[in-house]
Amino acid sequence: MAVQIETLRGRSGLAAAAGAALILLILVPGYFETYQVQLLTFGLIAALAALGFNLLLGYTGLLSFGHSAYFGVGAYALAFVVQYLGPHSMEFYLLFGIPVVAITSALFGYICVRHTRIFFGILTLAISQVIYSLALKLYWVTGGSDGLRVPRPALLFGALSFSGPSGFQQFITSYYYYVLAIFVVCVLLMWVIVHSPFGKALQGIRDNEVRARFLGMRIRRFRWIAFLVSGTFTGVAGILWVPLEGLATPDVLYWTFSGEIVFTALLGGFRNFTGPIVGGIVFTYLKSYAVATTVYWQLLLGIVLVTLVLVLPTGIVGAISLAGRRLRQRRASP
Amino acid sequence: MAILTVQILNSLLYASVLFLIAAGLSLIFGVMRIVNLAHGSFYGVGAYVAAWLVGTGIAVGVPLGWLFLALPCGAVAVALLGIVIEPLLLRPFYSRAEEYQLLVTFGLLQIIEDLVRLIWGGNPLSADTLMDALPIIHIGGLFYPAYNLVVIAVGVAAAVVLWAAIYHTRFGVMLRATSQDRRMASALGLNVGLIYVVAFGIGCFLAGLGGAIVVPTQAAVLGMGVDALVIAFVVVVIGGLGSLKGALVGALVVSFVRTAGIQFFPELELAVLYLIAAGVLLVRPTGLFGTA
Repeated sequence: MAVQIETLRGRSGLAAAAGAALILLILVPGYFETYQVQLLTFGLIAALAALGFNLLLGYTGLLSFGHSAYFGVGAYALAFVVQYLGPHSMEFYLLFGIPVVAITSALFGYICVRHTRIFFGILTLAISQVIYSLALKLYWVTGGSDGLRVPRPALLFGALSFSGPSGFQQFITSYYYYVLAIFVVCVLLMWVIVHSPFGKALQGIRDNEVRARFLGMRIRRFRWIAFLVSGTFTGVAGILWVPLEGLATPDVLYWTFSGEIVFTALLGGFRNFTGPIVGGIVFTYLKSYAVATTVYWQLLLGIVLVTLVLVLPTGIVGAISLAGRRLRQRRASP
Repeated sequence: MAILTVQILNSLLYASVLFLIAAGLSLIFGVMRIVNLAHGSFYGVGAYVAAWLVGTGIAVGVPLGWLFLALPCGAVAVALLGIVIEPLLLRPFYSRAEEYQLLVTFGLLQIIEDLVRLIWGGNPLSADTLMDALPIIHIGGLFYPAYNLVVIAVGVAAAVVLWAAIYHTRFGVMLRATSQDRRMASALGLNVGLIYVVAFGIGCFLAGLGGAIVVPTQAAVLGMGVDALVIAFVVVVIGGLGSLKGALVGALVVSFVRTAGIQFFPELELAVLYLIAAGVLLVRPTGLFGTA
């Protein structure tokens, strides 16, 4: 894999594109109905989950088939606070949930990074299913397969609360901006991480583990920290997801949900920074479209996935950038 | 004492079904180095085909004894499905990264699960006529269906036949040679493509057989394959991916732990299984008997 060489011009172009995208995203609630805004919020959350996941797959070269665990732990951490502690503020949920997710990913990551390749995948899957079966079986704590209900929280330290009949619409709009703000912060943070020396080291380990070890890198520790960061990002997505869904159920802990996260990253293209973001949003729309059109939506998604893997392994963003490069080459040599 | 005997028989029943699924999964991994996430769905398809054949047979008026033929037919149907899928869908992926192999089989899983729903609908399909056709035996005052003993016998027979086929036939030698060094086997004139198709077919046959023989004791329901896959993973992880002996021992361990778990710690039985799997992976990543 060639290391991506970014020219100064490329980077400023990217910043301009990101700025334009952000302005468009800010304008959305003014022009679209509530349902679309809600869907886009789900899309941003899926994008955040995939962004975290991709630090492992795209940058560290480790395929986790158990990222549902961190998403689900985030979701359940929030649901537990609602159920057993009481405070009704989103900021408190985040403050409580992020450390819980970080500790969980640190613990599981410490175990999982002892292996790579296929064994890493199976180990992450097995451990995520421990959490799943606990959430399913300890029903007096977790509500079993019924899950735990989560009411609409107050935002910005109680400055915005949403009760009453008109609360839903207000909540969706406000929550959209809330999620968007956290999303932007997370994307910037992830950008800094993957372009830092640490991020470069991860890519070095991905591309040539033996050589990285010769350079004196402590490979397992690098992978562990990458796992921790990756799980935490996905966990934040889980925390943000529950208030919108209104319910934390074991479904988000099941291993097929991990498969969806992998699907998302691949759909956008896991070799690009923006791939998982595009993938998350496209996947959310694709799934809601498929669910709305046919009861056999899983069949549709499966066909899309198989076709994608066969025809378009670099994903949407990979294909677009490839097409762009071809176009530029053709222009350069007429 | 009678309760203990019944529990042991129940464990053996579960173990033989698990062995059939896990042996197929392990065989496919051992030969082709592919972790087939759709393997559980093949088990589900076997169950559905067998139950559907039994139901149709009853409707048409096939004599009771002949209905038992539905079970091998279910397994053969799945084997045929596998023989079609391997060259069409999986072959392009052997030379590519593992991520893609996992993803294509995950896509296959989604497709098969929904095709099953499309063909047979959302209602469970039952084939308990077969179970009722066999007598009920008495074990120290407790009643036990004789059909369960048939399932155990099928599991044992499958283990013996598989062992004999892999270690004592010419085809078994070819299979093991391909598993160890694909290119060398190819260079020595073996038709690797054919061996892959046959191995994948056998693996699918085993999964289909597991589904078919289990369906008289419980109905075929949607999602049974997805659940079975994770348990089969636990089995092969404990025993070692790619090892036949490992699949057998893993199936016994998992089924006995699960039976005991349901008896003594029902809330934790699944979690304990996954924890055992994670523990084995940590200490011996290749499993108890794996060499890969």
